[in-house]
Amino acid sequence: MILIWLIAILMIGGILAWISQSWHKNAPRWIALIAAGVDFVLVAVIWLQNLSKVDLTGQSQWLFEVNYQWIPQWGISFFLAMDGLSLLMALLTTFLGLLSVVVSWTEIKERVGFFHFNLLWILAGIMGVFTALDLFLFYFFWEVMLVPMYFLIGIWGHENRIYAAYKFFIFTQASGLLMLLSILGLYVIHGQNTGNYTFNYFHLLGTDISLFTAAWLMLGFLIAFIVKLPAVPFHNWLPDAHTEAPTAGSVILAGLLLKTGAYGLLRFVIPLFPDISELFTPAAMMLGVLGILYGAKLAYAQIDLKRLVAYTSVSHMGFVILAVFSLNELALQGAVMQMICHGISTGALFILVGAMHERIHTRNIEDMGGMWETVPRMGGVGMLFAMASLGLPGLGNFVAEFLILVGAYQVSIFWTVLATVGLIAATVYSLRIVQRVFHGEKIKDWKIPDFNVREMVVMGSMIAVIVWLGLFPQSVLNTAKHTLNSLQQRKVIEQTAWQTDSQTLNQNTSENKTIIK
Amino acid sequence: MLELLWLIPALPFAGFLILALFGSRLSRQSAAVIGVGSVGLSAILTLGIAIRFISSPPADHAFSQMLWQWISVDAFQPAITLYLDALSLVFIFVITFVGFFIHLYSSLFMYEEEGYSRFFAYMNLFVGSMLTLVLGNNLLLLYLGWEGVGLCSYLLIGFWYKDSENGYAARKAFVVTRVGDTAMAIGLFLLFTSFGTLDIQKLLQQAPQEWTINSTQAVLAAALLLGGAVGKSAQLPLQTWLPDAMAGPTPVSALIHAATMVTAGVYLIARTHVLFTLAPAVQTAVAVVGALTLLMAGFTALTQRDIKRVLAYSTISQIGYMFLGLGVGAWSAAVFHFMTHAFFKALLFLGAGVIIFVLHHEHDMFKMGGLRKKLPVTFWTFLIGSASLAALPLITAGFYSKDMILWYTFAGEQGNDWLWAAGLAGAFITSIYTFRMVFVTFYGEAQAEITHKPGMQLKVPLIVLAVFSLIAGFIELPHTLGHLTLFSHFMHSALPPTEVLHESVSLELLLQVIAAIAVLLGIYIAYHIFIRNRSIANNLTASGPGALLHRFWYSGWGFDKVYDTLFVNPLVWFAKINRNDFIDLIYTGIAGTSREFHRQLTRTQTGRLRWYATGIVIGAIITITVVVYL
Repeated sequence: MILIWLIAILMIGGILAWISQSWHKNAPRWIALIAAGVDFVLVAVIWLQNLSKVDLTGQSQWLFEVNYQWIPQWGISFFLAMDGLSLLMALLTTFLGLLSVVVSWTEIKERVGFFHFNLLWILAGIMGVFTALDLFLFYFFWEVMLVPMYFLIGIWGHENRIYAAYKFFIFTQASGLLMLLSILGLYVIHGQNTGNYTFNYFHLLGTDISLFTAAWLMLGFLIAFIVKLPAVPFHNWLPDAHTEAPTAGSVILAGLLLKTGAYGLLRFVIPLFPDISELFTPAAMMLGVLGILYGAKLAYAQIDLKRLVAYTSVSHMGFVILAVFSLNELALQGAVMQMICHGISTGALFILVGAMHERIHTRNIEDMGGMWETVPRMGGVGMLFAMASLGLPGLGNFVAEFLILVGAYQVSIFWTVLATVGLIAATVYSLRIVQRVFHGEKIKDWKIPDFNVREMVVMGSMIAVIVWLGLFPQSVLNTAKHTLNSLQQRKVIEQTAWQTDSQTLNQNTSENKTIIK
Repeated sequence: MLELLWLIPALPFAGFLILALFGSRLSRQSAAVIGVGSVGLSAILTLGIAIRFISSPPADHAFSQMLWQWISVDAFQPAITLYLDALSLVFIFVITFVGFFIHLYSSLFMYEEEGYSRFFAYMNLFVGSMLTLVLGNNLLLLYLGWEGVGLCSYLLIGFWYKDSENGYAARKAFVVTRVGDTAMAIGLFLLFTSFGTLDIQKLLQQAPQEWTINSTQAVLAAALLLGGAVGKSAQLPLQTWLPDAMAGPTPVSALIHAATMVTAGVYLIARTHVLFTLAPAVQTAVAVVGALTLLMAGFTALTQRDIKRVLAYSTISQIGYMFLGLGVGAWSAAVFHFMTHAFFKALLFLGAGVIIFVLHHEHDMFKMGGLRKKLPVTFWTFLIGSASLAALPLITAGFYSKDMILWYTFAGEQGNDWLWAAGLAGAFITSIYTFRMVFVTFYGEAQAEITHKPGMQLKVPLIVLAVFSLIAGFIELPHTLGHLTLFSHFMHSALPPTEVLHESVSLELLLQVIAAIAVLLGIYIAYHIFIRNRSIANNLTASGPGALLHRFWYSGWGFDKVYDTLFVNPLVWFAKINRNDFIDLIYTGIAGTSREFHRQLTRTQTGRLRWYATGIVIGAIITITVVVYL
């Protein structure tokens, strides 16, 4: 039941916020704050209660579930469930959601009610995506988070917002449709095989599909997810959307929406199509490394600060693809850590850029420089998150990237070495941020206020989290452990089956050969 | 007592936290008390622990203290565990003691600067990270300290951030060392994949059992670690960042870029010495890198005008000696030289700092001159430091440590005459450039007026370090001079002794005499050129090949230019050409094409009935044809 409440609170809060606009100009803000806050507290309590429970092996991976019939004729149910992975993602969603409300407090001045309606509905959609275990329902939530985001960018964005909103919508929608086709394909094949037409995740898991068909079906899912992630060459919506979106939009895009892609890979692509995923591994690793290096290169070249940060996301999410397809515990744990830490660190950088934009009305780094003296708090925060971005040990991103690289090294030394070179590239672009904005000669005599209390609370909490993740990551690793282990077990089972298959295949061919002789 | 080990790194970290969070609200006095005090307390604690450790050594001559489990995933189990043995004890002793005196010195030296508390915050963070580096029991924790000191180095080189040249030097240091760090990180992946652990002691036990000598894995692992070491320790080919790093405040150069951080590579190789023993080829490479670097940097130091750059190149050169020692298996000798070098080089930097301080940021030696009478304490301590750097026989610490390296380079099992000759030539050059610096700075005509006198906080560290630069050598005396082995004996619980091929006192004496002559000759040449007859130097560098060579050496053998041409410029160019991401063209292309189709098809909607009727007829004909004929 709690799962429904998590989503319902956000949706109801969103509607209330919209209505309340006429009561008082600050009412939507407070309502959104309360809704996101309550959700955050609920998830945090769940996490703390289950901290000892989730890593117990032998227990079920799933902590809660609700399952109601929705459209029984078509085998559609309202099926939500939460395991360690979903729990971590829900925690990240509510945490960043709460911060997004706080950072929009003064930035958004027009149509405040409708803004908060969209914000909360995006969060609700994301929460649904992270908990839905009925594929039809999953697709439904996938769309729910898309449409309000389109409005968020298109209405409250910067100069080029309409173009960016269209681009975002078309990329996500087109790839989402491919996923819908794959979901329907899977549904039909499973129905034909067993006579049981259902969208239930667990029923569809073991579907017996020929390798060829499975490859096509997987591609549908894969494209939807790696467009969202994003992987090069499907990343082009990202810099535009991130740059043009209002701060809260960028935080949610980078911190959460990208993570739905990674989550989809972990939850659906690997478990539903283990064999094909295995075959796809070399290509996926190449895609990951391509993203890491190409994203870093583009980040370095940007002069729009927000765009620069946006491209770093492409680079960092490349690590996630590398990890997911390495498919060992180290890399997978690294992927989950990376999803969380990237959400925090990039989110913080976007908030910083947003705050800067609010003060000096430009994002062009050539118009910045020498600002440390005027805004030392912003400088310190910027320095810390630039360090997080380049993977400094002691901060969460290092744990993530190191685990990923150690894990990937066991699968492919070549791609891992190239990915490690990405760390040098990350150093170059991260230091460029600090240098161009805060260090160097003063471009002009800055007369701007430093971070105020509200902003320092946001930044302080993000700093605390990223340092805590860097030094004490174990509680997060424990939470994800059960889910990731079962992912691998499934792989092992499938692999043995696959090997037996190929052995018989080999025997057959050798028999054939003898016959031919 | 040993249980208090964790406090040694924790105190500077605590100092950093306080200064970082409340620094802007603290007065200069309280910032200095916190900054200097935290390191001072660590130093006192280190002393207590050292006494306890030496008087009643723990079992196996090592003590470990687990603080918490850092990461636990599958077999990957790095913990935050501190490990104290003879090797790390020497390092934490040098870090906290030299660190304390440099902090004390900074409390006055930096007093007028903006960002006083920020300075001490960074310095404390540095000391904490450096202590973590040498105390970490596993390579991941070592790596944490390793990157932490790199960060502090970056922050402190760029401390005067308003000058973008300082920012450039800082970024150069960070990026160049990160190239080495990346190699090291790959080495860690390899080691973990091979042994399932990053615990250093376990690695050192397992490696000889599972790897044969010269196996590919061992060679790769050692080579990758060497990559990290040459980056951090500014050895060929990654030495280019250190001279530029002198852009930072002088106490920073003394602490980070002379005494401690740049010797992290020496620590790493000594710490993982078993891996290098398993890869003799790589170990030889360590020696060769050391020998080449010490010569290259020595020649460069001969030509520099900026006093800090002379010292920077001399640091590169002296670390070259340490690498040479490590490369021939003289582990203890290398660590011994690290210790004496920390004393005399910190002393020299602090002395140079005083000069720069009283001459209003003048760095050019040739604009100093005649300071002998005006700054007596600085002069005498600087002279002692220089004598130690030049390895003046018998009385200086530098002599004993350098002699030990040279002896093993010649006589050790892995020794080699050529390497020894390089070391000897280096010693000769060292004495020339060192005394060139002394004579030009302190003798001759005064070129500038002193504006103010150095205070006590500046003098006390100079005197203490000068004393150490003299007496620290007496704990290890060669066969010819009393044969005392306190230091190497102490180190043998952590590092294996060096095998000597020909144990012969007369040979050792002969080598020492040769080295002594080289040093004295060098001093005489410096005296002749820079006190008696300056025109010699001017004539040498005025024209012809002399001028060419001078320019070549002055530029640091053109490495910066080569790297700029080969790597930096092409990469920057590559980044700039495709700023707008050509992949975007594909998508705008698709969008453009659809819009074009849309435009063309729109033109058919003319609103004229006969056009529509014609369309219907043509369509009907085609449909019928298709139906009939197919």
